[in-house]
Amino acid sequence: MKIAVCIKQVPEGDARLVIDADGISIADADLATEINESDQYALESGLRLAESQGGEVVVVCLGPDRAEEAIRRALAMGAGRAIHLNDPAFQGGDAAATARALAAAIERENVDLVLTGLQSDDAGWAQTGPILAARLGWPSATLIMEIEPEGDTIKVKRELEAGWFQWVRLPLPALLTIQSGISTVRYATLKGIMGAKKKEIAKVTPADIGLAPDEVGGAGRKTRTTRLYVPEKTTGAEIIEGDTATAVATLVEKLQKEAKVL
Amino acid sequence: MVTQLRRLNDIQQEVVRTARDFAEQELAPHVAEWDRRGHFPRAAVDALGELGFLGMLMPEEWGGSGLDTVTYLLALEEIAKVDPSLAVSMSVHNSLPSQMLLTYGTDELKERYLRSMTAGKMLAAFALSEADAGSDPAAMMCRAQLDGDRYVLNGAKAWVTNGGTADVIVAMARTSDDGARGISAFVIEPTWDGFSVGKEEKKMGLKSSNTTEIVFDDLEVPVANRLGEEGHGLKYALASLEHGRLGIAAQALGIAEACLTLSIDYARERHAFGQPIAEFQGLRFQLATLAAEVAAARALTYAAADKQDLGGSARKEVSMAKLLASQAAMKAAVNAVQVHGGYGYTRDYPVERYFRDAKVTQIYEGTSEIQQLVIASELFGD
Ligand SMILES: Cc1cc2nc3c(=O)[nH]c(=O)nc-3n(C[C@H](O)[C@H](O)[C@H](O)COP(=O)(O)OP(=O)(O)OC[C@H]3O[C@@H](n4cnc5c(N)ncnc54)[C@H](O)[C@@H]3O)c2cc1C
Repeated sequence: MKIAVCIKQVPEGDARLVIDADGISIADADLATEINESDQYALESGLRLAESQGGEVVVVCLGPDRAEEAIRRALAMGAGRAIHLNDPAFQGGDAAATARALAAAIERENVDLVLTGLQSDDAGWAQTGPILAARLGWPSATLIMEIEPEGDTIKVKRELEAGWFQWVRLPLPALLTIQSGISTVRYATLKGIMGAKKKEIAKVTPADIGLAPDEVGGAGRKTRTTRLYVPEKTTGAEIIEGDTATAVATLVEKLQKEAKVL
Repeated sequence: MVTQLRRLNDIQQEVVRTARDFAEQELAPHVAEWDRRGHFPRAAVDALGELGFLGMLMPEEWGGSGLDTVTYLLALEEIAKVDPSLAVSMSVHNSLPSQMLLTYGTDELKERYLRSMTAGKMLAAFALSEADAGSDPAAMMCRAQLDGDRYVLNGAKAWVTNGGTADVIVAMARTSDDGARGISAFVIEPTWDGFSVGKEEKKMGLKSSNTTEIVFDDLEVPVANRLGEEGHGLKYALASLEHGRLGIAAQALGIAEACLTLSIDYARERHAFGQPIAEFQGLRFQLATLAAEVAAARALTYAAADKQDLGGSARKEVSMAKLLASQAAMKAAVNAVQVHGGYGYTRDYPVERYFRDAKVTQIYEGTSEIQQLVIASELFGD
């Protein structure tokens, strides 16, 4: 089974975030980064499938030079090789632009299965996986908690609301978006880290995958971010006194007149 | 890390990340309880072995990762930051017995022991000290009498880290009365007849590290299990301590760093006189000076490691590093308890554990006075 796992490099959970001068992105100089959490689970799932079914895991990552750190980590954990979509033209894309580029790269690889994380910890659209599946023209399933390969189909367990689950069968090739917590993510061993040095990271530009620069990245966006900001901290909380009926009446009035949310 | 000055290379970053993730996820939730129960976490040691942390300095030929001392110390610091007790097991194993086997062991001994040690399948210990021979190991009494193709060992070694849990022990014993030149090194297995584990020390800190006496009662050791030449054992042991002491310096730096971070976090949260105590200059200056001292000790430690990696002796630098890093650890721990006030004096906060753990870094693998002795002997060329 040949499996492509898409990973994104994101700021570390407890990184100190600074908004860039452009007002719509995070400044990334000296930013501590990691592989997006649910992507780590996608990678772990891919590695387990390759181990049980035979086959290889190819890591696909769109990102600037610094994303090589995330790629190296994935290789150290056991992926066989990597494709790094790294070109200024790829930068500044949204889920649609990124999925388009990933699809073009993956189409050339002849894979049976694509795994992505459920959503990224930074932008959090949860769209890259589903749009990528649509671009590839493959069936997809989201929020995956269990995977059982069955010949040329795959049976997967999806997490629904309120503790409900659903089993779905998909023909291969297919795409799955993996939920965090599906398994335990392995550590990169020292042997893996040393071995990763020798593994191939193919650097890919839009031209290499048959795309024009304006079809990807910022130029290929379908959405536009207009402002990124830290919610303003205001002081002062008001405690509404009185019995329940009066308190509710006061609250409704305040929500209508002062907060203007009703 | 608040006091990290180096820019790490790719491999170092990766190794540090694995060590840090492992420490935070697998050790941090349990350390307080292990400390309270005096529990030695063998499963954690095995996990360290599986990740490759027990063969970091050994060449790939013997199953190790062949990493340099700098990378090894970086990883050790990450473990020590969370669990100083486990860090000393890791330090002893990687430096003392592994180095001695690598340098003085026959291929047969390496095949039998070193390969399993680097894979983490055998945990190793190092037995030099005795009840009446600590700073002055040449005063050791433990005997090894040659009898045909074997030595017969009698006596007791003291303070053995991993003493009751090791699968293989490198022990020094006296093969002649010729003082420092009458000592030889042996590789022994605790399962052999005549070996027993003596009393376990009830320590102030480092409680989840296993420190015991070991006793030899007509313990027969094949001549093939002697390391190197007869009579050279003390020289070999002291040479391996050059690696060991850097490990202890890294352990101390881990403790110091943890104490600094805990102090800063607590000072931000705790209020007195209507403001966070972090606003008081008296406290800020203390932490500022301390951070500078820890950073200086770290710079010295890694300079000594760099020198060791380039080959040749770094005896003076290593002793300087161990002296100052252990001093910084103790100071940072005392200060951390102070910053935490009354709470720092209770088990509800981890600083009291670091306080108890820090002290030993000034004692084992050569007390601070012994480090001063070594530095001075290098200064005066004697
Ligand atoms: C937790 C723990 C783990 C240990 N693990 C190991 C281990 O795995 N293997 C092992 O072999 N040993 C181990 N040791 C032993 C340790 O190395 C010794 O305790 C240490 O070397 C000091 O020896 P001592 O306790 O006999 O003290 P002593 O040598 O009796 O020293 C007492 C005091 O006298 C001072 N002193 C001694 N000589 C001089 C001098 N010439 N000039 C000035 N001051 C001097 C010392 O600095 C110290 O302050 C361990 C000890 C501890 C506490």
